[in-house]
Amino acid sequence: MVRRRPPPRVRKPPRSDCLPAQRVVTDFLPRALPERRIFTIAELLAGVRALLEESMGRLWLAGEVSNLRRASSGHLYFSLKDDAAQLRAVLFRADARRLPFELEDGLEVIAFGECSIYEARGDLQLLVRHVEPRGRGALQLAFEQLRARLEREGLFALSRKRPLPVFPRRVGLVTSASGAALRDVIEVSARRFPVTPLLLAPTRVQGDGAEYEIAAALGALAALPRGQEVDVILLVRGGGSLEDLQPFNSEVVARAIAGCPVPVVSGVGHETDLSIADLAADVRAPTPSAAAAAAFPDRSVLRDRCTRDLVRLCTAAERVIERAAARLGQRSEALARVAPVARVAAQRVRLEALAGALARTAHRHAERARSKLAAVAGRLDSLSPLAVLARGYAIVWKANVGSIVRRADECAPGDRLRLRLGEGELAATVEDTQEPVRPAAAGAESV
Amino acid sequence: MDEGSPSAKIPPASTDVLPFETALTRLEGIVQALEKGDLELEAALAAFEQGVALSRLCAAQLEVAERRIEVLVREGTGFVARPFAGSEDTD
Repeated sequence: MVRRRPPPRVRKPPRSDCLPAQRVVTDFLPRALPERRIFTIAELLAGVRALLEESMGRLWLAGEVSNLRRASSGHLYFSLKDDAAQLRAVLFRADARRLPFELEDGLEVIAFGECSIYEARGDLQLLVRHVEPRGRGALQLAFEQLRARLEREGLFALSRKRPLPVFPRRVGLVTSASGAALRDVIEVSARRFPVTPLLLAPTRVQGDGAEYEIAAALGALAALPRGQEVDVILLVRGGGSLEDLQPFNSEVVARAIAGCPVPVVSGVGHETDLSIADLAADVRAPTPSAAAAAAFPDRSVLRDRCTRDLVRLCTAAERVIERAAARLGQRSEALARVAPVARVAAQRVRLEALAGALARTAHRHAERARSKLAAVAGRLDSLSPLAVLARGYAIVWKANVGSIVRRADECAPGDRLRLRLGEGELAATVEDTQEPVRPAAAGAESV
Repeated sequence: MDEGSPSAKIPPASTDVLPFETALTRLEGIVQALEKGDLELEAALAAFEQGVALSRLCAAQLEVAERRIEVLVREGTGFVARPFAGSEDTD
């Protein structure tokens, strides 16, 4: 059993707390204080800490981060300094995790926290709860840091960019099921190339955790079973504030794009917004509509290309026939000199049959192709002829044959013509023809 | 007649299931081979007919009756594509 002593007098009466300086010095002299109070270090520090917390409370402090150390526990230890002084600081793991950016040496910050004493060392330190970068927003800094880190890693390298398919068989779309971006993509793709099916993987595009949903949507499109695969993916979203676009500036989405087995076209925000997703994508389009235009070919251009190829094919075939006919003549003469008459005759018959067959098919197809080409020109659905016509030019057809008139000598007085103008058509009759001024006309053109 | 000058590499005639890109590339290859003019008559005729078939195939693939828009829907552990009813757009 411990013998109880009367409780020691911890404090002198209040008056003695504020003795004049002279008296304080003498107070510490052993003889002047028969009942001296001996503090433990911990007691002193606890007292100081209580004073500090009471008088300073929570505060904002500006300074530069230095000597940053990340402990294995996840807590961050560093110093805050300015020109005149420095102070130790700690940011505990839970608070550190909430920062969108990375704390780093040399960073000018404003820290919020409370002043305290670390008793084991007797150090004064700031318990930091929250940090903001000075002079720019936290998200802006986070963006710059992530961009620099992924850039160093080579995630944005040009050599990683994959070409888009010329003629996509199925296009994947990652965006919100209720946004204007979806409407834009549907509209543009329907206009350019309704042939290709569009497969939407709906996702939230803003708010907490949206980056994981976006990555999951990309993953779902990438994991479609054989026969249902998409061969290009559009990742789009309309414009918004930096906060709204945050999921598109996340590492999760950047890695999902980089790991996607098919090329990704990004169209995030407005022209001026550049996101991490844009940098990681194989093709960056400034808007959702532009992303759709990049992935979907223009059908009218492809149609015209097919028609042009067919016309070239027929023209080439006709030339083959002409050359064969010319050679036929030469060869039969040569054969006649060296070979028995019967063989010459047989060869000749065979060649003529072949040439005839080719000529018939070629002419048949050539006619069809030409009328198709004329129809294409007549439709005027590509922009440039329209623009030319609008400037005051006209296209002239012979009314009876439907062929386009390019030279005056293709017409005779009395021929009926059809004129297509920038707006509307005219019917006309040739009164007179005039030869061109140049001396000799070129040979008849083939188309 | 001599067969197969270097440029006479005309692929086999089956054009039924070719994707558009391949068909168009082949068509343009045939056009170039024919324009070069070193195919023998028989080869030229075959190339020409195949070219016409390819051109028809391409043209046909550019035309479809109806636009297909689908949406991925979670079903069990995976996803399935379902017809997309339309944007639930509110703005």
